[in-house]
Amino acid sequence: MADEEDIVLSELSDDELVLQMHDDLYDGLKEEIEEGTEILLARGWVPYKVLTEALVEGMRVVGEDFRDGILFVPEVLLSANAMKAGMFILRPLLAATGAPKQGTMVIGTVKGDIHDIGKNLVGMMMEGAGFEVIDLGINNPVEDYLAAIEEHKPEILGMSALLTTTMPYMKVVIDTLKEKGIRDDLIVLVGGAPLNEEFGSAIGADAYCRDAAVAVETARELVNRKHNQMATA
Amino acid sequence: MTTNMEQRPPEQSTEKLRIIACGALAREVLSLIENLPHIELTCLPAILHNSPEKIPDAVDKAIIKARHDGIERVYVAYADCGTSGTLDKVCEEHGVERIAGPHCFSFYFGNDDFIARDEDDIYTFFLTDFLARQFRAFVIEPLGLDKHPELRDMYFGSYKKLVYLVQNEDPALDQMAEEAARFLDLEYERRVTGYGDLSSAIKGLA
Ligand code: B12
Repeated sequence: MADEEDIVLSELSDDELVLQMHDDLYDGLKEEIEEGTEILLARGWVPYKVLTEALVEGMRVVGEDFRDGILFVPEVLLSANAMKAGMFILRPLLAATGAPKQGTMVIGTVKGDIHDIGKNLVGMMMEGAGFEVIDLGINNPVEDYLAAIEEHKPEILGMSALLTTTMPYMKVVIDTLKEKGIRDDLIVLVGGAPLNEEFGSAIGADAYCRDAAVAVETARELVNRKHNQMATA
Repeated sequence: MTTNMEQRPPEQSTEKLRIIACGALAREVLSLIENLPHIELTCLPAILHNSPEKIPDAVDKAIIKARHDGIERVYVAYADCGTSGTLDKVCEEHGVERIAGPHCFSFYFGNDDFIARDEDDIYTFFLTDFLARQFRAFVIEPLGLDKHPELRDMYFGSYKKLVYLVQNEDPALDQMAEEAARFLDLEYERRVTGYGDLSSAIKGLA
């Protein structure tokens, strides 16, 4: 870094700046992402365009390289932190500028588990894709999910677990939703490193998602399918 | 009767047995098989525990190697370790057993006691003798905390205490565990567990 000539972000063209922001996100450079975000906004970019083209696209590459074993947990965490800083600037502006809304997701790590890096990443990418995300944090008993569903009426419920001892709790939540007769009102997505597709279907989730990119894709597809079903019903 | 004969009960098997263990259990398993010359130990790198998806394959290869070396009896000293059933599948295919439990913290504690713990323990980060000794190489460095100390609270912000599960009492390790707690800014607690279920599992093989 020391012998590299210092790049002045404000002197870059829009295209160069966006590519530079992808690099900066990859390198987890929080201040640079904040600065790049401000510059694009000052140049008249709508917040939604900054979010999708500069931040989400950059983070997509980070996710891919993590999946392929090129990046590791600390790098992902640094990148997520940088993206978070950019989103912090954009969030209040997004609502005000009528950014497209895809739906609402309630997400949380299940009871007994306090791993949250993956869950946070999924929440962030879902927000980047235009979903409103209600993050319940960690160690959530079924009551927390029920209360949030009641309050926010989400289309999607997301549950995360990283421990083989806590993943069965997802079934407890889904079974409770069935008992209350609200299971079919929701799209239930589950994820976390020890899960797999087989587990997802065994507990009655709509889908298991391997990573944040798959989560966004799946959420979009299932929400669309649901809307279409409702339209034809 | 000579004392020599009394030392070896007739039911004790002397068929060669190889334990394939997580490197994090090396010292403990070695001390448990000290007087059992027919049991030998092969360890796989402990750092695999940060990428558990690689464990089943590594164990599979080690079992095949044991059989290739002419050793029929094999035991796997790994817990599930986040492999969620895939390690069990490998063991099943080879007709080999593994130590019960989700991870080493649980079997040191005693699997039954681990399940029955307080709610309080959810916000706990555990150390074992191995992790106390190797805190730098197995926690600080893989989490990038040496280069980016600012990440500490993103990892550990929700944790309340560090509980050191003691296998062998050793003041030097106590000190290391306490330093680890200080580094993570967590309350420190020490619980002597000994070898827990590991001990009965290995002794049961003799
Ligand atoms: C980092 C980490 C930690 C950090 C967690 C920090 C934090 N704030 O989350 C620290 C060091 C604090 C930690 C603590 C513990 N950990 Co830990 N940890 C890990 C590790 C190395 C990586 C997890 C991670 O963050 N990955 C990075 C993220 C980006 O990936 P991800 O979580 O898989 O998420 C992606 C997908 O799974 C998916 N996804 C995730 N959630 C969701 C949710 C939805 C809805 C969807 C759609 C998708 C989705 O999308 C994400 C983004 O791509 C794993 C091993 C591993 N490689 O998985 C062990 C691991 C999970 N931990 C383990 C253990 C045992 C523990 C402890 C008990 C250890 C201890 N010494 O006390 C405690 C747990 C305490 C508790 N009650 O929860 C074991 C679990 C073993 C088992 N049998 O289950 C593992 C497997 C390590 C091992 N082999 O022993 N851990």
